[in-house]
Amino acid sequence: MIAKEKFRVCPDTGFKVFDTTEKLIKINAVVAVVFLAVGGLFGLLVALTRWPAVHLLPADLFYLVLTAHGADVLLFWIVFFEVAVLYFAGSVLLNVRLAAPRWAWAAFILMLVGAVMANVAVLQGESSVMFTSYVPMRVAPHFYLGLILFAVGALVAMFVFFGTLVIAKEEKTYEGSVPLVTFGAIVAAIIAVYTIASGAIILIPTLLWSLDLVADIDSVMYKLVWWGMGHSSQQINMATQVSIWYCIAAMVLGAKPLSEKVSRGAFLLYIVFLQLASAHHLLVEPGISSEWKVFNTSYALYLAVLGSMIHGMSIPGAVECAQRRRGFNEGMFGWLRKAPWGNPAFSGMALSVVLFGILGGITGVVLGAEQLNIIMHNTLYVPGHFHGTVVAGTTLAFMAITYLVVPLIFRREIIWPKVAQWQPYLFGLGVTGISLFMMGAGTLGVSRRHWDMAFTDAPLNFDVPPAAFLMMGLNGISAVIASIGGIMFILVIVGTILFGKKRGEDACRTNPVILPGGGATVMAAGSEGTLKLPGTIALVSVFFAAFVLYYFVNWKYLSEVWPLS
Amino acid sequence: MTEHLNSGDGKSGDSNGGPENGEQRIHAMQSLLDNPFLLLFIGVAVPTVLYTVWGVMEVVQVPIGQ
Repeated sequence: MIAKEKFRVCPDTGFKVFDTTEKLIKINAVVAVVFLAVGGLFGLLVALTRWPAVHLLPADLFYLVLTAHGADVLLFWIVFFEVAVLYFAGSVLLNVRLAAPRWAWAAFILMLVGAVMANVAVLQGESSVMFTSYVPMRVAPHFYLGLILFAVGALVAMFVFFGTLVIAKEEKTYEGSVPLVTFGAIVAAIIAVYTIASGAIILIPTLLWSLDLVADIDSVMYKLVWWGMGHSSQQINMATQVSIWYCIAAMVLGAKPLSEKVSRGAFLLYIVFLQLASAHHLLVEPGISSEWKVFNTSYALYLAVLGSMIHGMSIPGAVECAQRRRGFNEGMFGWLRKAPWGNPAFSGMALSVVLFGILGGITGVVLGAEQLNIIMHNTLYVPGHFHGTVVAGTTLAFMAITYLVVPLIFRREIIWPKVAQWQPYLFGLGVTGISLFMMGAGTLGVSRRHWDMAFTDAPLNFDVPPAAFLMMGLNGISAVIASIGGIMFILVIVGTILFGKKRGEDACRTNPVILPGGGATVMAAGSEGTLKLPGTIALVSVFFAAFVLYYFVNWKYLSEVWPLS
Repeated sequence: MTEHLNSGDGKSGDSNGGPENGEQRIHAMQSLLDNPFLLLFIGVAVPTVLYTVWGVMEVVQVPIGQ
């Protein structure tokens, strides 16, 4: 007989929030934000070193800081936050206690110990091999061990989430299908299982190799399996951030997807095809056939891109429908002008959708084409692309939902609401600059990972165009702007959790953070069921035209690399 | 099981013409989407076969340098 667990009913959303779930959401979210702060600081140091006029750090410290930046923000910040989202989407949205709370705590401790251990290994200075840690570069064994412990902890957290789904089904705490947001979280967890398994498969023998217990690790084999983790971990982000987009649109505006079936179908495309995009990191590897490369990155990846484009139309379409239903019907874009742009949850979500699609999505398709990849492989274009996806897309989406999590789960009123209002814009502006200027510099041939972009004293000279130096200066300025936006976020969130006014029972009336009934909209099934969306159709058409144009411009660039005469 | 996706608003839900409270046929695709463990199997098996196993087969066929 299982003891009944205590819960409270959220006065804002009507959600049943179990004690253990609440504690685990809080602790995972707080640790995530700590790693964002630490990793963001390292990122600023990287950008200031890449800024030619500043060139802050010496080479050894630059590689150390770049390794720590990659691990802290690409892995630890993101996955801790995703675990918090999974517990919310599983336990809170399905009205059920969390399965195996002790295992959930064990998962958290394993992840924390692993993340701290990996950071210590990097800061000790013997593991400055980048987040990718390609063999045969050998690093301190506790770097690999830290990553393995983190991965095992995350895997345990995934199974706690799956266990919660089983309990909810058995106890019939929901009817019919799980809510769309929970479905998106399931997709994220599925991708996470493959991701973490890939990481364990390659990192365990690499740990043994670092201890001289295994003689050799083949470098191509390492890259192949490692990217099953390295890139797929970013696909967990995608599924989670799309879920968050639907969640915020529902909570803040009462928006439902255009067609819930189609949105679930788009998520299914993620499950089947999204992880295959890992192959684009191996597009210039010898020894792997073009059939493998082209199938995985083009045929399969394009089906996952189709999923993203469906979500990319469904989210603004849902917002337009909800706004028009509320009476904002003036012209083609009256609904957009009257959207709650002063609410950081909404503005962060909207910026995340747009920036992810334009900066991260289009460029990802270009990078995924084997022929086009060759003109930008291992240049700064690649980090430019993934700052568009992981920072402008995922991080901004996670920041946006935090503005709802803090009042609703931590039960605190946001301090400095004006700062919170401006924060997504400033952060979004900075990240847009980072992404665009890095991609611009990469297009001009700037190397992805080198401390000295000019390759001074290198035996083989490479003349970097002057415009590339300008791009890297602008990238540095953008990084400073994004850092200010990041610091504003940390100050507002940490300040609110520590010093914010307790949110009372009647705050849902006196100071609402979501639309009345927004919580029920997240949990309910339903579709807008219309395509009369002139504003969304216009916006999507502009996006699509930009997509096609940019794709073919890159083929033009390619034709200029090897001119035929 | 009588619930269907899109049943919340009554506008775009499925109507198979079945009795309101009786047994309704559930579409195979919906059964798939409602089964997280089947989805987990697909989501792990497909990339394992198409990316990892196929890729490993390619790499092991590269002759070892003398």
